[in-house]
Amino acid sequence: MTDYKSISLSGRKKDVSERDMTFMEKLYLPAIMKGMGITLRHFFRPKATIQYPEQKREFSPVFRGRHILMRDENGAERCTACGLCALSCPAEAITMTSAEREKGEENLYREEKYASTYEINMLRCIFCGLCEEACPKEAIFLTQDMAPADYRREGFIYGKEKLVMKIEDPKK
Amino acid sequence: MPKVTIDGITVEVEPGTTILNAARKIGGDVVPPAMCYYSKLKGSGGKCRVCLVEISKGSDANPNPMPKLQASCCTPIMDGMEVKNMTSPKVQDMRKGVVEFLLINHPLDCPICDQAGECDLQNLGYNYGVGTTRYQEERRTYERIDIGEKIQLHMNRCILCYRCTYVADQLTDKRCHGIINRGDAAEISTYIQNAVTNEMSGNMIDVCPVGALTDKTFRFKSRVWFLKPYNAHRNCDKCCGKTTVWQFGNEIYRVTARKDEFHEVESDESGNPMWICNDCRYEKKSLSDWIIEGLRKHEGWSVLNQGKYMKATEKVVLDGDIRLQIGRAEDRKKISMNGTNTLEQTLSDGN
Repeated sequence: MTDYKSISLSGRKKDVSERDMTFMEKLYLPAIMKGMGITLRHFFRPKATIQYPEQKREFSPVFRGRHILMRDENGAERCTACGLCALSCPAEAITMTSAEREKGEENLYREEKYASTYEINMLRCIFCGLCEEACPKEAIFLTQDMAPADYRREGFIYGKEKLVMKIEDPKK
Repeated sequence: MPKVTIDGITVEVEPGTTILNAARKIGGDVVPPAMCYYSKLKGSGGKCRVCLVEISKGSDANPNPMPKLQASCCTPIMDGMEVKNMTSPKVQDMRKGVVEFLLINHPLDCPICDQAGECDLQNLGYNYGVGTTRYQEERRTYERIDIGEKIQLHMNRCILCYRCTYVADQLTDKRCHGIINRGDAAEISTYIQNAVTNEMSGNMIDVCPVGALTDKTFRFKSRVWFLKPYNAHRNCDKCCGKTTVWQFGNEIYRVTARKDEFHEVESDESGNPMWICNDCRYEKKSLSDWIIEGLRKHEGWSVLNQGKYMKATEKVVLDGDIRLQIGRAEDRKKISMNGTNTLEQTLSDGN
């Protein structure tokens, strides 16, 4: 039967000896020089970090960031408040109320029904993109931007003023 | 009593029963879909052609198969008849074609339509139709007409099942709407801009299989799958007062009749359909008007079940402190801390 102290499950077990250090070891200098050498070598290696926010890394083309509610080519909102995004949302982050389009608002809303309020709770959202997939009107998309940080919880509940595409926005 | 075999399942029914009703007696997958037939309305059926079935054996007396598919809603059974519905490839192929025909002039505005989620045509298209359309011509459209302040008519969505005119004929004292024009130009309309204001006219919203007739008081309020349906009743002198109220939180968004598995109005104990009056449907939208009986269940596949917890939930007891003490006592036993308090002592100390 082997001594249980000699068993090493990881195979990397080292026994620590308690012998006295030699003179060279007591000087410490060779060890310090060795360490400084390693540090110096890293000065000339490529850096792993970047200077955020001046520099930004490129996202993958399939990156899913904060949402945008699109307008059509005439600038009218595409969303008709059909509720399929809220239905598909696994985190139940989306709520909306709908209203009927009045006469004279045809340039604002594409269909006869539109979302009078549309809210996404960014604290709940898991950026899975199912809302984008469910949308029958190609209205909601997840962009390449990240949802910025905030000091208050209320700031993470995005209403239409934050979600609807600005008219001067270039087409994404 | 005559026996009829539908998809290999034999059932005994009264003489004169239609194939569709015999299939409904069996239930499940063998029931042909029906868009125009409504068992509670006399004379309905025979128009939409989605319930066609193959009759592979006419009867015991004349075992020849019928050469063409028959409309199951208006073909009475014969003794020894054998019917194929789901097991017949001919029927499946036909149904795909009929769905395509029904959808030719139907606008694909389900995202806007209030009926979406409980629409028979949506279910039919989903179960039997193909995902694409071959139709390239312009769809038939109508001028929108106003038929009163409670009912919204979308003639573009109508499939001309005639159910609503039967409701008006059989439930109300004076019919003021019907189908005018012929063939492709046929449309539901009122005669010279009349408003539909009969007492029981609201029931045509419930019988409409598509979103052609919808409740104006519920128009664009919410989507049906976000609402919770409860059975409720009240004392009403005009109707039975037994309805389904659709709630969002503590607010009643709409009131409808109770619908069974075939999306028809349920019957009460004595077999009378529980139609509801306009007063119950449009005016009573406060929780104090109704006595709530309980949550209503839908078919397992229905989108109306989305996000609803049908099981009764147990009341949560906040006993975290006691459980903590129990856990500690057990831990002490495990690490054999002798001489410490037992569980009873610990609890009585309030430690």
